[in-house]
Amino acid sequence: MGNTDLMDPVGAAIGPGLDRAPTGISGLDQITGGGLPRGRVTLIAGSAGAGKTLLGLQFLVAGARDYGEPGVLLTFEESAAKVADNVRSLGFDLDELQRDGLLAVLSFQVEPTEIVAAGEFDFEPLFVILDDAITRVGAKRVVLDTIEVLFGAFGADSIVRAELSRLARWLEERGVTAIVTGERGEGTITRHGIEEYVSDCVIVLDHRVREEISTRRLRVVKYRGSAHGTNEYPFFISARGFVVLPITSITLDYGAPDERISTGIARLDHMLGGGIFRGSTVLVSGTAGTGKTSLGAHMANAACGRGERVLWVLFEESPAQVLRNMRSIGLDLRPWTDAGLLHIWPARPATLGLETHLALLVQLLDEVTPTVTVLDGIASFGDGVAASEVTSMLARKMDMLKARGITTLATALGNGDAPSTLSVSSMVDTWLLLRNVESNGERNRLLFVLKSRGTAHSNQVREFVLTDHGAELVDVYVGAAGMLTGSARLAQQAAEREAQLRQADDVEHRRRELRRSITEHEAHFAAVQDQIAAERAELDRVGLRERHQAADTGADEVAMGKRRWADAVPSDGANR
Amino acid sequence: MTQPHGTDGAVGTGADEAWELCLYVTDRSPKCLLAIENLRRVCEEHLAGHYRIEVVDLLENPRLAADDQILAVPTVVRKLPQPIRTIVGDLSDTDRVLVGLQLRPHRSGAT
Repeated sequence: MGNTDLMDPVGAAIGPGLDRAPTGISGLDQITGGGLPRGRVTLIAGSAGAGKTLLGLQFLVAGARDYGEPGVLLTFEESAAKVADNVRSLGFDLDELQRDGLLAVLSFQVEPTEIVAAGEFDFEPLFVILDDAITRVGAKRVVLDTIEVLFGAFGADSIVRAELSRLARWLEERGVTAIVTGERGEGTITRHGIEEYVSDCVIVLDHRVREEISTRRLRVVKYRGSAHGTNEYPFFISARGFVVLPITSITLDYGAPDERISTGIARLDHMLGGGIFRGSTVLVSGTAGTGKTSLGAHMANAACGRGERVLWVLFEESPAQVLRNMRSIGLDLRPWTDAGLLHIWPARPATLGLETHLALLVQLLDEVTPTVTVLDGIASFGDGVAASEVTSMLARKMDMLKARGITTLATALGNGDAPSTLSVSSMVDTWLLLRNVESNGERNRLLFVLKSRGTAHSNQVREFVLTDHGAELVDVYVGAAGMLTGSARLAQQAAEREAQLRQADDVEHRRRELRRSITEHEAHFAAVQDQIAAERAELDRVGLRERHQAADTGADEVAMGKRRWADAVPSDGANR
Repeated sequence: MTQPHGTDGAVGTGADEAWELCLYVTDRSPKCLLAIENLRRVCEEHLAGHYRIEVVDLLENPRLAADDQILAVPTVVRKLPQPIRTIVGDLSDTDRVLVGLQLRPHRSGAT
């Protein structure tokens, strides 16, 4: 076995712990780099109800069902029938797996009061029966559920300790990947310190209830010879079993579609360079009443308009209330809910507990299969829950949505530039800030694009106006007196319009003036031309008359000379 | 200590009833052999003539361990008289054996 490990170049570097048996719990497999150390014993420690048994069972079921690795369950906790009953609701059919020869379930009831110890003993029957079961189903996986009950039951803990140590070594020799569960101890990982000899991998499950909100966490305390995530990872038990959502391991895995989708507000799309990328995460933060929900409603409306499915999670309001409020700004979302495109889920995480909340969200995502999700009021997680828990829960939620390629718009109540206490901003692709500006006795909303990854986005501030026909973005006026919004903006607009009108009047006046002048001059010019023509005609006439007169005069002289019997003919007249 | 002192059940059982004991072993390990020896000795001392010991080797039939809920060897189960009593170990601690088999009151009653 060691040889095959060493053949892997990475395995040689990290050590023999590299070969892993997947648990079928995706988050856990990611944290551990592929699963539990193959052929080794892993200790799952946790308090009662922490989920130890379930984790073990899921490991067995996944092995038998998905990885061709049959298993053996040895339980000291409950009867075999009861164990099968408990996990049937999660879709684990232990009876069927047993019938198919993929699983053997052995159960032992240990009643400490019924046993008297008198001298040396060993747990050879345990080995014998395990060996028999492993051989029978060809098991590669073994789960011993809370083997620690053996302590105290026999009144000789030193023998129990030695025997459990021997059992761990025997399981390794047998080549099976084993899980041993143990109760959490005070100051130690397990009550009886079995981590000392079951030592290749130790996973601790924690179930905390603080202010009536339960949070489950998982931590890999030890993973011999291997790098592993050491953080605490919240997990939850969904309808399909154990779900661990590691923050670091998923984050970089999602695809990045180039497709842009509309936010439902045309000018906002324009500010963002044509909409938001499909599958990206948008955070809208702002103080109360800045229109965050309306923005979310627009996005939901636009998505439904494209025929897409939308899941709208309301953390603060009831669906009826929100639908009514949105109608007042001209958004009637009722047809979408009727058509089954818009699914509204009112959820108060504080009353559910974070992990239950997340589990329900996962379920809804599976059922509704939305392409767009609006998380309205994520800051309300904060009620009674530590900020760090909220942040990590949100991060997981966003990771999960992103991994599924769901476009998400989350709104958060926040003062100023930062959504208070929530450091989710690094997880979002686009961050819009809505802010109230108070001036001239009124409040107006402003919208900023604080960031938008992969997008040449506008650096401009816009006024966010809620009209009775939806939200609109309007340019704000920036001048010496500062930014103008609301009625101040309107006044400025009116003033500018007036100035423009005045200017327009002046131009028109001048134009008319000039036209009139031109017309006058043209008329004058025409008159002069007429006069020139008249005078030229007169001139012609004058010349003609002169010639006629000259001719007449000659003729007269001839006639007069005839009459007077003139003997000489005048030269002038004779030459003509 | 303030228990019945064997006035009823214990004295009666020791005297005439048939005892049925089952000793679970795995193969012939030293502990098991010692347990067989010790059990026989105690029975001869306290139950001479009316006891029966059945030795079950779990290696021959591993499923019996699950059926009979036997985790450790050697294990003695007193099947009769009722109620069932279970003693684990090589039975070298005779006092504990007598307590386990509820034979202690018998001895104190004899003195």
